[in-house]
Amino acid sequence: MSKKSKSKKKSRRSFIHQASGAMGIVAVSAAGWPLVDQMNPSKDVEALATIEVDISSLGEGESKTVLWRGKPLFIKHRSQEEIDDANNVNVKDLPDPENDEERVKNPKYLVLVGVCTHLGCVPASDKGEYKGWFCPCHGSHYDTSGRIRKGPAPKNLEIPPYTFKDERTILIG
Amino acid sequence: MKNFIIIFLLFSYTLNLFSAEEALKPEQYNFSFSKPLGKINKNSAQRGLQVFIEVCASCHGLKHVAYRSLEELGYNKDQVNSIAAQFQIDDLPNEEGEILKRKAIYSDYFVEPYKNLNEAKTANNGAYPPDLSLMVKARKDGANYVRSLLLGYNEPPSGFDVGEGYYNKYMAGNVIAMPQPLYGDDVEFSDGTKATLEQEVNDLVTFLTWTSMPDLENRRAAGIKVIFFLLVMTILFYISYRKIWSELKT
Amino acid sequence: MANLNKKNKGVIDWIDYRLPIVSFLKHSAVDYPTPKNLNYWWNFGSLAGFFLLVQIITGIILSMHYTAHVDHAFDSIEHIMRNVNHGWLIRYIHMNGASFFFIVVYIHIFRGLYYGSYKAPRELLWWLGILILLLMMATAFMGYVLPWGQMSFWGATVITNLFSAIPFIGESITQWLWGGYSVDNPTLSRFYTLHFLLPFLIVGVVILHIVALHTHGSNNPLGIDKKGPQDTIPFHPFYTIKDLFGLSFVLTIFFTVVFFAPDYLGHPDNYVPADPLKTPAHIVPEWYFLPFYAILRAIPDKLGGVIAMFSAIFVLFLLPWLDTSKVRSATFRPIYKKLFWIFVLDALILGWVGSKPAEGIYIIISRLATLYYFVHFLILLPLLGKFEKNRPLPESIGKPVLAE
Repeated sequence: MSKKSKSKKKSRRSFIHQASGAMGIVAVSAAGWPLVDQMNPSKDVEALATIEVDISSLGEGESKTVLWRGKPLFIKHRSQEEIDDANNVNVKDLPDPENDEERVKNPKYLVLVGVCTHLGCVPASDKGEYKGWFCPCHGSHYDTSGRIRKGPAPKNLEIPPYTFKDERTILIG
Repeated sequence: MKNFIIIFLLFSYTLNLFSAEEALKPEQYNFSFSKPLGKINKNSAQRGLQVFIEVCASCHGLKHVAYRSLEELGYNKDQVNSIAAQFQIDDLPNEEGEILKRKAIYSDYFVEPYKNLNEAKTANNGAYPPDLSLMVKARKDGANYVRSLLLGYNEPPSGFDVGEGYYNKYMAGNVIAMPQPLYGDDVEFSDGTKATLEQEVNDLVTFLTWTSMPDLENRRAAGIKVIFFLLVMTILFYISYRKIWSELKT
Repeated sequence: MANLNKKNKGVIDWIDYRLPIVSFLKHSAVDYPTPKNLNYWWNFGSLAGFFLLVQIITGIILSMHYTAHVDHAFDSIEHIMRNVNHGWLIRYIHMNGASFFFIVVYIHIFRGLYYGSYKAPRELLWWLGILILLLMMATAFMGYVLPWGQMSFWGATVITNLFSAIPFIGESITQWLWGGYSVDNPTLSRFYTLHFLLPFLIVGVVILHIVALHTHGSNNPLGIDKKGPQDTIPFHPFYTIKDLFGLSFVLTIFFTVVFFAPDYLGHPDNYVPADPLKTPAHIVPEWYFLPFYAILRAIPDKLGGVIAMFSAIFVLFLLPWLDTSKVRSATFRPIYKKLFWIFVLDALILGWVGSKPAEGIYIIISRLATLYYFVHFLILLPLLGKFEKNRPLPESIGKPVLAE
């Protein structure tokens, strides 16, 4: 066997082995995906990601807590006084500056994810130095717009995606 | 001796054919999904859903199927919600602790016709109507069986006592507690298809095959790719194997 | 290892000096001297290991979504099939993986029977293998209960009732197994725990099985001991690639079943939720238990049947001493070779009658086949070693053709 044909044969051989190896790697990674993906939210969980809340019975000053995606959601029917409180603030001085208008679709109704942005506790309503919410875990104070005013939390309470389906129904998610 | 084993296998297979139980073997029908790569005919399944809701649902449940999954049959979300809205479901307890009814929605599962097993039994002379979600998988040759059964109501042969049941030659024991549910023209299909008995039954079976195996189409589509890939890989591994071993001989 | 660059080699040496995993792997999976004449039947050992791994991985995943409670078990399986991402695929792999695990293990066992792999010095290797089979059976049985379908429930009822055949204490033992007066929630719950635990015990025994194997090396189709390095080749790359080819081939068959006939090996009744008030017309265990089920039913006495069934497995422990022939491979044992195939046929017949109702002709067939099963081990094999004239054995694996 000449040297040339020998090296040619060798390269074909290694090509086959490389192709086999590549197939094997593809097979292993393709098998891996279902094993990872099964931990993602399942179809029944995803279907519950959108809820409708009836707010017709919510009187002024009252608030309601509903469960959305496993987290509490605060819906507060704010009084005029509370709305004014939320607006009479020098936004620039806040730890997380945001205007009250940016945080509501209808100033009367404030919709918040009731999870403290510090470490995930649930703040208590109508408590704290700013008459909004107070997180008992590490003492974060939120105002009537759900903005952080004092304490270790870095951000304002989160606003979930929502729309007013009609005057009495909010569609969340 | 190996031939012996082959003969034995053939022999045991033919014995199987003869050892038929008293029930007739289901008639074989060529559904859209019968072939290994066949699919669920969506129009047929939609008509089958209509037959289910208008006829079967008064006695039979479909508890493992969520309304949302009807989207797989080609409905959009609004259509699914309006299908679901035909059913009343128990709401969560209200503030006074009462359980009121509400319309079913997208995320709910098919509402069951009876509150519990005992109510179902009492309403049906002691034989409760089984849940149909898995019926096609829960019977041997399920699709053909359900089809044959629904088409298989006859007058009993003279001298055959059916008791409180009905004669059906595809049922084990030939007596079934369910009266014939479909006669033809039981529903009016919105797509203009004529609602003959056989049409209704075929559509219903197509729908129930989907409720039993919602994975069927994805499974078969993925299967083709996987098998093709594995065949190529097997051939490549074989060539690699031969190459490596050929070094040994020289 | 030769391709590794110098830097990597430094790190690997550093680790290996302190924890010799690399040299251990090199010793037992790379350089491991393997007889050069192994045929495809020797692929099934590694295949069994592969399917064990598949079952453990898919099983752990299913356990993330399954609920072991009589009110929720059946529904949680349907939740897996319908809602969990790729849940149907993972569950069908687990379901059919059990069947394929048994297929490859049974072939592996019959390979051992044909080539006399149980003979000295591999008796303990053989024992560990049977222990694995017993653990597999227990695991598979309890796994089949978990979906809480009709066959799950009634299979569990029938099998646990076997223990009530034990004189005097049988009743107490079954109640202890059930945690009640029938198969119920406590039973399901403990079966789930044990179904989760036993596979890890199997892994432990498999490791011992491999240690025992590597002590004297693999048997081979000629059944003669290797005489020197000319008879062996390193495991890698020769048998790694051969095993990979075999694996790929078997996976093609496996996935054809998973994707196109996933319920073929199961029983339709298990898609009916368990109902303690209604026994299915015809209870059958999963196919891999059918031969033993046939032996159980062949004996008209309750205790006798149970004893016969367990003896059918325990007789395998005695096999290294029941088979008195000094020659391992059936290739050189003309009569044993015939008996082997008759025994295969007998096992198939037992499996087949096991799937039939226990009535009429089937009872007679099952009794004859059961009788032959024990005659094969207890009478034919001990006698055969004394009378059989074997064909001349080749001198070495390297020169096997002499005898032809």
